[in-house]
Amino acid sequence: MLNIVRKLGAWALSTLRKMGDMLIFLTNAVYFAFVPPFKFRLLLKQIRFFGNKSMVVILLTGSFAGMVLALQLYYTLRKFGSDALLGPAIALSLIRELGPVLAALMVTGRAGSALTAEIGIMRISEQIDALSSMALNPFRYLIVPNLAAAVIVFPLLTAIFDVIGIFGGYVVAVDLLGMSGGTYFSQMEVFVDMKDIRMGLYKSLSFGLIVAWICCYKGFNTGYGAEGVSKSTTEAVVTSSVLILIWDYFMGSILL
Amino acid sequence: MIEITDLIKTFDGNRVLNGVNLTISDNVLMAIIGKSGGGKSVLLKHLIGLLKPDSGKILVDGTDITTLGQRDMDKVREHLGVLFQGGALFDSINVYDNVAFPLREKTKLSEAEINDRVVQALNDVGLKGVEMKFPAEVSGGMRKRVALARTLITEPRIVFFDEPTTGLDPIILSSIHRLIMTTHKKHGFTGVIISHEIPEIFDVADRIAMLHEGVIVETGTPDEIRNSSNPIVAQFISGGLEGPIAAV
Repeated sequence: MLNIVRKLGAWALSTLRKMGDMLIFLTNAVYFAFVPPFKFRLLLKQIRFFGNKSMVVILLTGSFAGMVLALQLYYTLRKFGSDALLGPAIALSLIRELGPVLAALMVTGRAGSALTAEIGIMRISEQIDALSSMALNPFRYLIVPNLAAAVIVFPLLTAIFDVIGIFGGYVVAVDLLGMSGGTYFSQMEVFVDMKDIRMGLYKSLSFGLIVAWICCYKGFNTGYGAEGVSKSTTEAVVTSSVLILIWDYFMGSILL
Repeated sequence: MIEITDLIKTFDGNRVLNGVNLTISDNVLMAIIGKSGGGKSVLLKHLIGLLKPDSGKILVDGTDITTLGQRDMDKVREHLGVLFQGGALFDSINVYDNVAFPLREKTKLSEAEINDRVVQALNDVGLKGVEMKFPAEVSGGMRKRVALARTLITEPRIVFFDEPTTGLDPIILSSIHRLIMTTHKKHGFTGVIISHEIPEIFDVADRIAMLHEGVIVETGTPDEIRNSSNPIVAQFISGGLEGPIAAV
């Protein structure tokens, strides 16, 4: 019995220490994000990194998400005789919920994992130590550009995801299900408010911060060798994905 | 001058440095030898401020770096250069940009001046025509040379070499050792070489210190170390399996 309590206590202490470490990491990153000199060229490079790595997957998943939504919602709405509301239902689902969450999950799997692996390899090959030994702050060169790039890129990728998803839904609704194109879009304009768009924006901003924070932290504190990098990469993707869904619930309940 | 006093470091209950005492005079090339996993690289990381000791002091030109905060430590690091074991070149930029990196980030030199310095630094280490290649596209020996050029381009007063010849063939090993000696003569820096290249290191260093089980067991000139009566030093130099150093 005492052994179980001791193990539980050790686990709780270790978890608390890790959470503290992560919080200090984020605080440092935010601090250096506002203290010059700023590394704009690195920021642009990382914006390209996130965008370039994730664009294809965003286009693909966005269009299919919209198409699946159209099929499923049409079936449900028709039962209630409200199939004219298919357009706004797809738009609201994507803008408020599915767009930010799915886009964030896709970027985590594509660019987030690559980011953790890249920083992890820099750690084990002593490139991060090399920066420190040159009296250059690794946060300024590695972490801040990624954090800022993610906060900029996530809302943009989410917007692309939403638009592609809405057009995916249009293709199924109009070409497959025989709905009028005018109805699909005109009802959307009536039902989608600025508040819904703001909600999606806030979500994607915060998901960007979460993904970059977790992926950078896991890479920066990676273990030894290839196994360490592989473990960090897996942990980064899993932790980011879980946090995205948990945070989505809290954001949803606050902003509803 | 670097003065290390009673340096102790423990990782998860395992004492890696057990009271290291060592003085490294100005402009001297000091080699620290010892068996693999004996704490040499840990000692080096303390000397460049990447690790903090449990206790003890490291005075660099009279300043105890173990008590310094980030900002003050960075001021000390402005005068240090480190050649890491694998070179630690940034793999996302080419050779030229790697060597130019410290100058672009730490100085206000114009691109033309930086270009002159980079070309000179690469010439000094015997490299031509590799400027546009990425680190992954050059050989291990070349990577070490590029890393040496990057280390020396800021003309540091103290240079640390972490096993600079590990994994290289004998000819490249001799060429890197010669490079260290010639650049030391040219720049006059204080050098600390972590190595277990016996006997080659005796021809490179001015002084040798042997680290064993977390303490410096002997220091002296290469000849003094060669003729040491200390059984630990004698066994390490001869590479014998019998003696106070466990083979495994």
